[in-house]
Amino acid sequence: MARDGEDPGMAKTPKVKRQRKKKTKENKTRTVHANLLYDHAKGEENPNRHYANNKIKTTKYTVLSFLPKNLFEQFHRFANVYFVFIALLNFVPVVNAFQPELALAPVVFILSVTAIKDLWEDYRRHRSDKEINHMDCLVFSRVERRYVEKYWKEVRVGDFIKLRCNEILPADVLLLSSSDPDRLCHIETATLDGETNLKQRQVVRSFFDLDCDFDPLKYYSIIECEKPNNDLNRFRGYIIHRSGRRDALYKENLLLRGCTIRNTEEAVGIVIYAGHETKAMLNNNGPRYKRSKLERQMNVDVFWCVIILLVMCLFTAVGHGLWMFQYGDKRPVFDVLSPEGTDLSPIMSAIYLFLTMIIVFQVLIPISLFVSIEIVKICQVYFIHQDMELYDEETDSQLQCRALNITEDLGQMQYIFSDKTGTLTENKMVFRRCTVAGVEYSHDANARRLAMYQEMDSEEEECTSHGGTLPRRDSVASHQSARVVLRSQSTKSHRRTGSRAEAKRASILSKHTAFSSPMEKDITPDPQLLDKVNECSSQMEFMRFHSQPTSQLPSDLADIIDFFIALTVCNTVVVSSPNQPRQKVRMRFELKSPVKTIEDFIKRFTPSRLTSGSNSSSSSSLITSRSSNKGCSSMLSSPSAESTLTKLDEEKHHGSLEHAFSPVPPCYDGKAWNIEEGELRYEAESPDEAALVYAARAYKCSLVGRLPDQVTVELPHLGKLSFELLHTLGFDSTRKRMSVVVRHPLTDQITVYTKGADSVIMDLIKPPDTGNSKGKRQKKIVSRTQNYLNLYAADGLRTLCIAKKILSKEQYACWLQRHLEAETAIQGREELLFESALRLETNLQLLGATGIEDRLQDGVPETIASLRQAGLQIWVLTGDKQETAVNIAYACKLLDPEEEILTLNADSQEACALLLEESLHYIQAKFLCNSTDQSTKAFHNNFIPFDIYPSSSPSSSSSHTAPFMVHRLGLVIDGRTLAYALDKTLEDKFLAVARSCRSVLCCRSTPLQKSMVVKLVRNKLKVMTLAIGDGANDVSMIQVADVGVGISGQEGMQAVMASDFALPRFRYLKKLLLVHGHWCYSRLANMILYFFYKNAMFVALIFWYQFYCGFSGSAMIDQWYLIFFNLMFSAFPQLITGTLDKDVSAETLQQLPQLYVNGQNSEEYKPYMFWMNMIDAFYQSLICFFIPYFAYADSDVDLFTWGTPITTLALFTILVHLGIETKTWTWMNWLSISFSIALFFTVALCYNASCPTCYSPSNPYWTMQRLLQDPLFYLLCIITPIAALLPRYFYRACQGTLFPSPVQVGRQLDKLPAETRRNILSLSRVKVGSPLSPKPPFLSLSKPPVTGGNKKDQKSFPSSKTSQGPVLQTDQQGQRRGPTDSERGLSDLYTLVPTEIDTLPYTKDAPQLSEEQQSPQTKDSEGLDKSLETSDLSLSGWITSTPLLTQTDSIQLNLLPDGDAQCVRYTRDSVEKVKPAAQRTEQETGQPLHVTS
Amino acid sequence: MMASSYNAKEEDGHHSGAANHGGAGAVKSKKPDNTAFKQQRLPAWQPILTAGTVLPAFFVIGLIFIPIGIGLYVSSNNIKEFEVDYTGVDISSPCHPCAKNFSWNATTPCPCSVHFTLEQPFESNVFMYYGLSNFYQNHRRYVKSRDDSQLNGDRSALTNPSKECEPYRTSEGLPIAPCGAIANSLFNDTLKLYYIDSNGTRNEIPLVKKGIAWWTDKHVKFRNPGGNDNLTLAFKGTSKPVNWRKPVYELDPNDDDNNGFTNEDFIVWMRTAALPTFRKLYRIIQKKSGSTPTLPSGQYVLDITYNYPVLSFDGRKRMILSTISWMGGKNPFLGIAYITVGSICFFLGVVLLIIHHKYDTRNNSADIPN
Repeated sequence: MARDGEDPGMAKTPKVKRQRKKKTKENKTRTVHANLLYDHAKGEENPNRHYANNKIKTTKYTVLSFLPKNLFEQFHRFANVYFVFIALLNFVPVVNAFQPELALAPVVFILSVTAIKDLWEDYRRHRSDKEINHMDCLVFSRVERRYVEKYWKEVRVGDFIKLRCNEILPADVLLLSSSDPDRLCHIETATLDGETNLKQRQVVRSFFDLDCDFDPLKYYSIIECEKPNNDLNRFRGYIIHRSGRRDALYKENLLLRGCTIRNTEEAVGIVIYAGHETKAMLNNNGPRYKRSKLERQMNVDVFWCVIILLVMCLFTAVGHGLWMFQYGDKRPVFDVLSPEGTDLSPIMSAIYLFLTMIIVFQVLIPISLFVSIEIVKICQVYFIHQDMELYDEETDSQLQCRALNITEDLGQMQYIFSDKTGTLTENKMVFRRCTVAGVEYSHDANARRLAMYQEMDSEEEECTSHGGTLPRRDSVASHQSARVVLRSQSTKSHRRTGSRAEAKRASILSKHTAFSSPMEKDITPDPQLLDKVNECSSQMEFMRFHSQPTSQLPSDLADIIDFFIALTVCNTVVVSSPNQPRQKVRMRFELKSPVKTIEDFIKRFTPSRLTSGSNSSSSSSLITSRSSNKGCSSMLSSPSAESTLTKLDEEKHHGSLEHAFSPVPPCYDGKAWNIEEGELRYEAESPDEAALVYAARAYKCSLVGRLPDQVTVELPHLGKLSFELLHTLGFDSTRKRMSVVVRHPLTDQITVYTKGADSVIMDLIKPPDTGNSKGKRQKKIVSRTQNYLNLYAADGLRTLCIAKKILSKEQYACWLQRHLEAETAIQGREELLFESALRLETNLQLLGATGIEDRLQDGVPETIASLRQAGLQIWVLTGDKQETAVNIAYACKLLDPEEEILTLNADSQEACALLLEESLHYIQAKFLCNSTDQSTKAFHNNFIPFDIYPSSSPSSSSSHTAPFMVHRLGLVIDGRTLAYALDKTLEDKFLAVARSCRSVLCCRSTPLQKSMVVKLVRNKLKVMTLAIGDGANDVSMIQVADVGVGISGQEGMQAVMASDFALPRFRYLKKLLLVHGHWCYSRLANMILYFFYKNAMFVALIFWYQFYCGFSGSAMIDQWYLIFFNLMFSAFPQLITGTLDKDVSAETLQQLPQLYVNGQNSEEYKPYMFWMNMIDAFYQSLICFFIPYFAYADSDVDLFTWGTPITTLALFTILVHLGIETKTWTWMNWLSISFSIALFFTVALCYNASCPTCYSPSNPYWTMQRLLQDPLFYLLCIITPIAALLPRYFYRACQGTLFPSPVQVGRQLDKLPAETRRNILSLSRVKVGSPLSPKPPFLSLSKPPVTGGNKKDQKSFPSSKTSQGPVLQTDQQGQRRGPTDSERGLSDLYTLVPTEIDTLPYTKDAPQLSEEQQSPQTKDSEGLDKSLETSDLSLSGWITSTPLLTQTDSIQLNLLPDGDAQCVRYTRDSVEKVKPAAQRTEQETGQPLHVTS
Repeated sequence: MMASSYNAKEEDGHHSGAANHGGAGAVKSKKPDNTAFKQQRLPAWQPILTAGTVLPAFFVIGLIFIPIGIGLYVSSNNIKEFEVDYTGVDISSPCHPCAKNFSWNATTPCPCSVHFTLEQPFESNVFMYYGLSNFYQNHRRYVKSRDDSQLNGDRSALTNPSKECEPYRTSEGLPIAPCGAIANSLFNDTLKLYYIDSNGTRNEIPLVKKGIAWWTDKHVKFRNPGGNDNLTLAFKGTSKPVNWRKPVYELDPNDDDNNGFTNEDFIVWMRTAALPTFRKLYRIIQKKSGSTPTLPSGQYVLDITYNYPVLSFDGRKRMILSTISWMGGKNPFLGIAYITVGSICFFLGVVLLIIHHKYDTRNNSADIPN
């Protein structure tokens, strides 16, 4: 292999060929030569010259281009163009209305404010660009023949760069050499995909075997690869050596910009993509400009304002024309000729006037609206940032609003798309329990320990809020400070991994490793199992001493030891030692790669040198412990060992003998020996791997070292064993399992350990031969394990099965042959490897199963329940496997045990179509039989839950059956089916099905699918979508959704970077949406409406005046007032209200999530409201105009002495109007209103006293002063606002009493004392939705779909037997009682699983979990339904005693909720073939207890 | 922003944060301050608008407004006002011939007299107004057509008036003083009032022509160029407005203080009216000492020098005699408005009371079971 690079003989031919090829493939590929070859040919010759250099520039402007470009961009906003147009219009003398300079002022002000903001942002970008461009890296220089420091921006494609440990990669680099003996380079990709574990990258294969250091001068190869693209997980290409030999390049060879080199002292690579062409940069599209829904709606109304404006102008113009016309030729003395002295015709005059009026009425289009909205949004963002409840103590992070302009969208969400892992869960896998050889070890102590952590968490929270000063940083991090910016990445990302209490408590060491909180690490072993392990290993030790074959071990003990070996070995966990963080522990005993070639195999496994009686054979790869390595080797040399081993075995031992057995490892650091096991740290690609390794370590089976070809395990009594790692068949999502092929050091058998999802492993288990006892035992193990697996799944644990298989040499050789073929294949390598893996993983022997808990984040079920009550549809899109996803969905109350689940798993497009069709029919049938016409209509017209919301009348029981009937379904769909369903032809059907389900769960979905789903829902259903996720795989979905939320938790920054809001935890979503979203929306909606009103009202005053000034465009309001009215006099109060107004308190909003519907349905700002406001504005302006008009009619008042009171009145009216709309009066409101008034009078007085001759034409000298002496002025100021606002005030009062909106009811709740409020809220939760009880008005607004669903279920169920009155009252009881078999029967009646009629553990309930989660809720209701206790008992007793309904297809008669019609309910039973007895009994015994407790 | 840059920064922040942690117990976290303002928990008054809460406001407004309205109405009714239309539209009107034949170009004034009877005596000071109807002094181009600097006595503006005055800026090559359309259309009828006592003699009633303009106008805004010394000289080199018969310095040749730009009739005219029907103060009839009424009831004659044509634009001219109260001239509107609004409020209050009793009860007590 190595010779390829050095063979210069055939250098010419491929080059020619390549060049020819290059022409044809010009567009598809990029060719990279080494720059060194072209150093002398300056520029022209260098084939890399066309590629982007590594300098990045993310700024928008340069110094020169700023002004034109920024103005150009600002003029994209229509409003700005409009205002500039109007300002310029003022410069035309014929039409001008105001002093041109004065009219220009507001526009200039607004443009410059925006420009300054843009400038500042761009400057920040420039600063960060500069910082990045000037980072250093080592680039090979031909002149100096060494690596020299250069700035990042000087790096070019084709440069050789040398990277040292902890450096950040400046560009996308192809790895050519690594100081690592395995030719590996570890990188941390947290900045790219957010994953904090180390990834291994390999040196390009042709450079693999270079003995000496890589010398760039000897590099003559040419790389051909794909064009720059943004797919982080793809890189294809090949390297062409001089010899003409081609080697394929994979993504394993590419180091991406932004990653950090870890654990590798030095690496050398050639730059492939640089600067803006790197994958990291290509992935970094600027954020999509998001325009909030409210803003879109507002723009429509701005458009209407324009229409109104034009109509008004047209009207005035026509009026003026007619007015002129009536005088005919007799020009009146007051009709002044044009400046030129010419007489204007009425028509010309009208046309000029039209333009003048546009200027006069320009205020109608609120120039300050856009500025005010931005100010208010910034303030809102500030307050969201400041919210203490959104601050996460443990990570010291608070919510970040990254998008400033869509805060109000938070209040209008309808669909939430959530990632699962890391978002709903903590992404901390905790080993909970396991079953080995059919025996369950419940790990009660461990469970208690975990419970204790939780308790401590809550205590800790209280303690630490006073500010602990525990050192958070360790020395390792701080002594890296020389290049802090570059190199302390790891410490940062790991700080985030800490759990709540642990963040304060954890030791310095544990900080550095991912997935290693004490909660995850310190597993309390089950005493029973620990005993067995000890017993087993001591026996093994004994046997080893006595050279007995380990196969004599009792099979259950053998299984146990195998189980733990599998746990430790069957993974890709990298071990690192704590003293050298991120340095892997090296215990290399042999420098040999895994079997890579057939020759290699033959060399290692064929009996070439038969030497019988080799006494040290059996200890070949046994690594003895420090104390007894010498003695051990001698004692093990017993003849009995060889007698039991096959010949082949012996030969094989011999092969490995020469290198395998060395008592002291050559490159082993002696100090490391002394490291206690506990301090070894494991870096796993997925946290559950780490959890299993930690679990095994708790049983003293610890992984101490991993190399590509060998895994070292320390076992109790046995010391360190080195497993020769022959192959690792990595995890993939289709196989859902991974395997390792190792040679067992004790038995020397070639063993395959497989770990995978239970559904697949169970199918691969070798069918036990029932003939003998062993087979019987196996069968028993399998069935028992299956039972336990079901139980685990019901508990919401992630289940994994562990199995093994022993290969004979022949089998292995046979498999190996084809495997190697697959490995070396160029075409379709992945497929071949996949098939090869499938061939190996058959006929397994089941060892056991594990249950890992991916702990839900705190408060997730409550949050989901609240969000759902708030009318949000929650979809979970996860890459996880179906089983896990469903389990978690149950655990977090996304799926309810009582709801039916449609599972869509299809193999083909047709099957998928059929499934969807069938589901649709089912839903419709089910729906039709349960609903009235009204709700059918609702079904077809709107699926937005609670759209028919304001059903405060008690008669609306039928209308609210619709949503919950629809939402009693859950949909589970897997990635493959989703791909079919997202097809153009099926997407409508899919949506129809999905939106009628209460919750949707998409498993195994790719990032692309996630974004497609979001896009589909967003575009087709025209709903507001929110996507929340934490990992890189959620980025696309986050970007597509209307609002993207990133969890800044475990998985780095990628999601956060793409998001609009970054939350530390999922549960904060509740407050963010329900409180801040609600507030932001209602504040902004009210403010926008108010703006329209205000401007319309003000402009209408002038409009009315046109009737009294001959439509001449005259204004009685001084132009200064006219122009600054919006900008100054009336601006502050609305800003304060827009920022601070709270319609309902945060507490009530959280307790009554239903209030969120307000925003979803845009209740605060509906199109008709705009018109109502306009009408009100016109009415008010009429009052404000005509009261002064009549009061001053036929008097000697002059124009501006009359106009100034009108201005004042209008200001008062507008402020009082705002006062009516203000819900919360703080001192800020009072202050701002007083300030506005004071400002107006101050400005007016100063202005009117300042200059007697300026300010033509109004010349308002001393007007205000005189007015203030006039009692009439005060009388007008009192009566006019009151008369103007009387209707609105009266309407508001009536509305508040007669038909209060839910929000108003919420406000009334706010006013009640806390105690009373709590009672009412808890009451509403209990009795909600029960049509029999007369509804108090509060209760009408709380109809949580959850309880609604329960109610229905309960109603329909007993009514099939008899009509049981009391049942109807017991809404909560269903959940309290926990599900029973019979109920489950109902809920699982319809599960569409045509492909795999597998056991589906996830369709079962999670009795314990649900009960646990329920308890806080039920607690409040406990007192209230004590009276129902007795009936509950009888009911539950009756239910538990009913026979199972699930086993057969059945047709049930169900009574409708209204109880007047019967219909057939489709029930089809395709699952539940195996109903675990254990589970049933447990439930039957358990459930009554729940009720009584 | 690109990923790595973000992180580099982020890291920086973290590091400094960490340094603080290591420091002398100075924990500097990002934890937001727990202040009422930042947590949006400012003490607040949260009015809820329901029938019950709003009710008192309506009654209070009603109870306050109705008395005010009655007071205003009464005081307005106490004002005595008398109006004579002397436009001469009617053929029977004594001024008809003048109105019919008169135009701006006429050189000779047309006199006419109108007889009228005051039924009631006017007790206090009587204000004499002339009223114009359909005269759009508020027309946009009309309003602008003046030069305040010129009127303020600015010399340069006198000789070079503002462009706004066009087309009444220059006449025959000379700048017009005062320029502009407003000045040009100065009301120039002369009114004289005679009381015909019982024996039929006409007693001229003394009309005070000063003190009719705003003090600030007279003393601050309007000034003659170069003081009041010699107006003829001061206005030399300017031309009179086109429609005027005499130049500005001859407006009141008898009183230097009332001549030129500071002529009060002129000043009053220059204050453009807000509405097309307006009145302007013309003269004041001072109350005589003693108990005799200012204008006793009886026969009066109004002598008019008819100079001002209004028929071309359908205008009307009136002479108004009016006393004045604290709230200005006679205008019953405000009183009526107060009474109306007060009554409506009261009525709505009653409506709300009914609503409150019918529907509002549950909100406060019945719903709360405890």
